Amino acid sequence: MNSQRQSPVYRSRLLQSASERTPETHPLTWRLRDDGQVVDLKEYEAKDGYLAVRQALNAHDPQAVIATMKEANIRGRGGAGFSAGLKWSLTMQGDDMPRGYIVCNADEMEPGTFKDRLLMEQQPHLLIEGMILAAFANNARYGYIFLRGEYVESARVLADALAEARDAGWLGADIAGSGFDFDMALHTGAGRYICGEETALLNSLEGGRANPRAKPPFPGQSGAWGKPTVVNNVETLCNVPAVILGGAEWYQGLSGGRTEDGGTKLYGASGLVNRPGLWELPIGTSGREILELASGLRDNRQLKAWLPGGASTGFLLPEHLDLPLDFDTVGKEGSRLGTGLITVVTEDQSMVALMRNLEEFFARESCGWCTPCRDGLPWTVKLLSALEHGEGESGDIELLDKLAADCGPGLTFCAHAPGAAMPLETALKHFRHEFEQGIGVKQPMTINEE
Amino acid sequence: MMTQAPMTNGQTLATDGFRLDPEDEAAMREEAGHYEQPQAACIEALKIVQRRHGWVPDAAIPAIARVLGIGPGSVEGVATFYSLIFRQPVGRHIILVCDSSSCFLTGFDQLLQALSEQLGIGLGETTADDRFTLLPVCCLGACDGGPAMMIDDHVYGPVAAGDLPDLLESYL
Repeated sequence: MNSQRQSPVYRSRLLQSASERTPETHPLTWRLRDDGQVVDLKEYEAKDGYLAVRQALNAHDPQAVIATMKEANIRGRGGAGFSAGLKWSLTMQGDDMPRGYIVCNADEMEPGTFKDRLLMEQQPHLLIEGMILAAFANNARYGYIFLRGEYVESARVLADALAEARDAGWLGADIAGSGFDFDMALHTGAGRYICGEETALLNSLEGGRANPRAKPPFPGQSGAWGKPTVVNNVETLCNVPAVILGGAEWYQGLSGGRTEDGGTKLYGASGLVNRPGLWELPIGTSGREILELASGLRDNRQLKAWLPGGASTGFLLPEHLDLPLDFDTVGKEGSRLGTGLITVVTEDQSMVALMRNLEEFFARESCGWCTPCRDGLPWTVKLLSALEHGEGESGDIELLDKLAADCGPGLTFCAHAPGAAMPLETALKHFRHEFEQGIGVKQPMTINEE
Repeated sequence: MMTQAPMTNGQTLATDGFRLDPEDEAAMREEAGHYEQPQAACIEALKIVQRRHGWVPDAAIPAIARVLGIGPGSVEGVATFYSLIFRQPVGRHIILVCDSSSCFLTGFDQLLQALSEQLGIGLGETTADDRFTLLPVCCLGACDGGPAMMIDDHVYGPVAAGDLPDLLESYL
């Protein structure tokens, strides 16, 4: 009877129409088409595409590009929030230095995050242009887009776009007659969240297991194959062309005085909202504004908590909905902006079950390099599963506190364990009563019964 | 003295019944040319073998190692690390069902239950007719379409239990 049912094919989309988007206000998305088709090279060039490359490369002043990026204060859109301009200014360059690499971190796998997919599937040349500019500023010889293996559509679109760009002379020798040489390739992964950690990503790129590296040296000093290497997120790189054309002051102004952070951000909402989606908004937009764009919660549910930017950020409460979502403000509330895509938890949903799900994810995705992460995270899953089924024992919650603390910053090689600890610590802080309800009547076993 | 030859040239590993297709070998060498060192093509080489055979048998490891000029231990280390490299036979179609937070909050449990009932298998298993293998996957980046899943190269979401019969039917 249901032969008319449509196949539920997923399509990445922005919930803002072309009439709402202008070059002056939406640097990341103004070129996107309402029909969701790829903006190809011809259309991209007609919409000022590669103009920033032509201008910057022919000005022959890479340091000026870095200065503009620093002034624009673009903080890393992958979630860590480190200033991209500052990162670029620390890349080793000089006559006695080999030319290195620019690597785009397109390993989008942070639970709740679906923004880089849109940029790659519909507007691949913006990313390529951003990478050429990054290569020019950092004196990189070659670039890689490190793309997660499951993004098959992104891979297809990017491969076509790279061929178009190469044929048109935007990649290769003497780009735009500037004398600057640069080319790049697509590198696809084969699963594992940890590949998104920038030094694990470099090990994976080199064909090894994706274990993180000790820092220092930082990739800008010694990265891929020991060469100076810059690793930036897709959205970060997609901001670069507009910053170069429009200038740092204009870009800063896009946040409209909401915050000290500059520019716009791809924000989103998922979970039980009426209209889950993605929007390009001034950085510093509030959670309430985003939930309004998402048309509120389904079936008149009530908001219990929300993750501001992925699984590795801390839970915020309804009382935090009016805060500007920028890196520093969210950080002060014991969470992180992360990727800026909100995950909503409603009153009828169990925090204990959700925490068990989150820690199952972090435990499975641990690379196994550091003990607190490799052994501690499966232990949290065991405790949380027991609490979820009303079979917890007294002391379990205190043990969870300790396991989370043992995964804190500085105790492991990379940010995976601290990322697993942050939602757990904030859930235990705000919703402790839910965990306490999971302590069963069964008494803990002791060794000396009599 | 070692009683066994070290595993540097692959001769101590069984290669019975496995021959690297010349076209695949050429593709691996071309991939290796994109990097400063050929080892970087290791994941891609495993994927090339997997595209042809459906999975990566043990005997392919030394064959890849020879092409890239690295030890089989390095290839094995990579082959066992990444979740999308399959080291045992799988079905003709791979179902990756997203079990991350947004899908968990929008109906992963119900979707998995419906899939298990219709396929008669659980996570990590293959149907008796070798048609489908069902696996969990990290956030598919389709959270605005949760609960989401992939079948081979295509992403679906939001998927309701009622969508599954027609959807599964289209994969023979």
